[in-house]
Amino acid sequence: MEQFALWDLIVNILVGAMIAATPLVLAATGELVAERAGVLNLGVEGMMVVGAIAGFSAVIATGSAALALLAAVVAGSAMALLFAVLALTLRANQVASGLALTMFGLGLSALWGQGYSGLSAPAFPRLSVAGLGDLPVVGKLVFGHDLLVYLSLALVAAVAWALARTRLGLVVRAVGENHDAAYTLGYPVIAVRYLATLVGGAMAGLGGAYLSLVQTPLWVERMTAGRGWIALALVVFAAWRPWRALAGAYLFGGITVLQLHSQALGLKVDAQLLAMLPYLATIAVLVAVSREGVRLRLNAPACLGKPFYATA
Amino acid sequence: MPRLEARPQPSRLMFYATPLIAILFTLAAGGVLFALLKKPPLEALALIFIRPLTSVRGLAELTVKAAPLILIAIGLAAGFRAGVWNIGAEGQYTVGALAGGSLALAVYPVTGWWLLPLMSLAGIIGGAAWAAIPALLRSRFNANEILVSLMLNYVAVFLLGSLVHGPLRDPDGLNFPESRLFQTALPLIVPGTRAHVGFVVALIAALVAWVLMEWHLLGFQIKVLGQAPGAARFAGFSEPRLVWLCFLVSGGCAGLAGLFEATGPVGQLVPALPAGYGFTGIIVAFLGRLHPAGIVLAGLLMALTYIGGETAQISMSLPSAATAVFQGMFLFFLLASDLLVNYRVRWRSHTQPAPAGHTVPDMALPRSTSAQPSAQPGE
Repeated sequence: MEQFALWDLIVNILVGAMIAATPLVLAATGELVAERAGVLNLGVEGMMVVGAIAGFSAVIATGSAALALLAAVVAGSAMALLFAVLALTLRANQVASGLALTMFGLGLSALWGQGYSGLSAPAFPRLSVAGLGDLPVVGKLVFGHDLLVYLSLALVAAVAWALARTRLGLVVRAVGENHDAAYTLGYPVIAVRYLATLVGGAMAGLGGAYLSLVQTPLWVERMTAGRGWIALALVVFAAWRPWRALAGAYLFGGITVLQLHSQALGLKVDAQLLAMLPYLATIAVLVAVSREGVRLRLNAPACLGKPFYATA
Repeated sequence: MPRLEARPQPSRLMFYATPLIAILFTLAAGGVLFALLKKPPLEALALIFIRPLTSVRGLAELTVKAAPLILIAIGLAAGFRAGVWNIGAEGQYTVGALAGGSLALAVYPVTGWWLLPLMSLAGIIGGAAWAAIPALLRSRFNANEILVSLMLNYVAVFLLGSLVHGPLRDPDGLNFPESRLFQTALPLIVPGTRAHVGFVVALIAALVAWVLMEWHLLGFQIKVLGQAPGAARFAGFSEPRLVWLCFLVSGGCAGLAGLFEATGPVGQLVPALPAGYGFTGIIVAFLGRLHPAGIVLAGLLMALTYIGGETAQISMSLPSAATAVFQGMFLFFLLASDLLVNYRVRWRSHTQPAPAGHTVPDMALPRSTSAQPSAQPGE
């Protein structure tokens, strides 16, 4: 009997970890694409939070999950476009532009979300394969999720494959590693960077929508609570590799959920102190991966954050 | 098709004109925003930007809001010039208030002339100590200071929440999560208003920063590190030392700002103390061109958007979030118009190409070198 309860708890924690991790998976994978093309967009938090309110307001208006996701993708990309115009076309400082995007996004989403607090989103569609969902352990862990969890995994696989195995991926990496050489070879550096930035925005928007449509599912002002920044740290942790970003995000999901389950596990720690855990863990992880500075520099795209000036 | 042509030298005129251009664009975009919210645009703009300036109370409130913004931005500006990105002012502000406030609560109800200076010192130390964490992690372990300092903002807010729920809670209160009122308060500069000496201190800080940046070797080293890290290394300027210095100074300033806010307008420690000044301070620093005089003006302007925003909230039921959108737009337009400092816009095709391998020197910001400070190649 006790054995079963323990199993249930473990399965619940793992499922909870996947749910907590999915927004991070989406946002970090998107940012990873942008950074591989040499664009450092610190506006992930802003794009996520605008995606969250866009998705939420769309689902309240239409009741359709598909339209809500579309709205989140469009909103996230529109925010990314703002950044791209500033940082790529007008050549503004990328760090400052990203910060501006985050502040603007937090303000815009609060303004947009005025009438939406207190409402709740309809249940998000789940995968239902006849019979499989009822299997013990595996049923809940593998077959029981909402569709976005599977979509996020598919997107990680697609990005990993595209970056490593396709011509487009090669061009993206070339632009990120040495934009002058890529330009000399005739690749449209700025256009490729625009594309990568927009992919990053679309995925950050999806990640935000996961929060307001599936995870909570409510609209709360500033509900991203730093997840965009954690996603940025995950990209560094992952050494700019998609599968490692996925693993990192799941690890973080685990930490977040352990904090929620700590009461059930009989730990008596102040809730406010426990809430610090994901942020402290992010710092610890950053320190751990940055200690070997040389390796970090070898992994980082060489032109990350550098503006491009066409010379001919 | 308009095209950009690099200026042989950054334009002095544009350097000073672009903040004004950004303000004009923000006003225009703000008018559109108000029209979308179905408020009369001109009336709303007048309410926000002119009305507070017409009363003594409004002007006094202006200094109350501007004091923390200027103090924080003065500290941040030195770091931004050096390519050291301290995004953690919000947390340093919170910990500064916490350190100074705890001191007052620890000796309660004893008070005296010495208490406020001691609290201020504790505030500076608290903010600087919180800023020392990203400084240490960057200089010792090469960890990205942007992300570390940002994460510490969240930690600081939870720390404040935890302490006012627990050990610092008012024992004579009604179990609200707030400390007791401090036994001392900041001296006021205009009797009958909330204007306090924090504004005077902020102006002094701006003056000191101006002298240091313009006349002292330290200011020169900071500028060189930001614009040409290679040259700074070649000249033997110690990068870790400057990183530490920038973080401790900006952390101390933010900590003092937090303490002033807690002892002045608020009077106690409450969970809502961190109200976003740390982030708005970043905008103030950029809008002020990272120059002390500019920062004072930019701080007053941003303070105006806060107070005007509150007025508009009450009399026009304008949502409070509109202020945040306004501030974000300010920074957007400023960054966008920055282009005009280094480039000329040519409307017809021009035959003369820019010189090969041209990189543009930048007066406003360190560009290419500082975007990912912890991952700089070739060190």
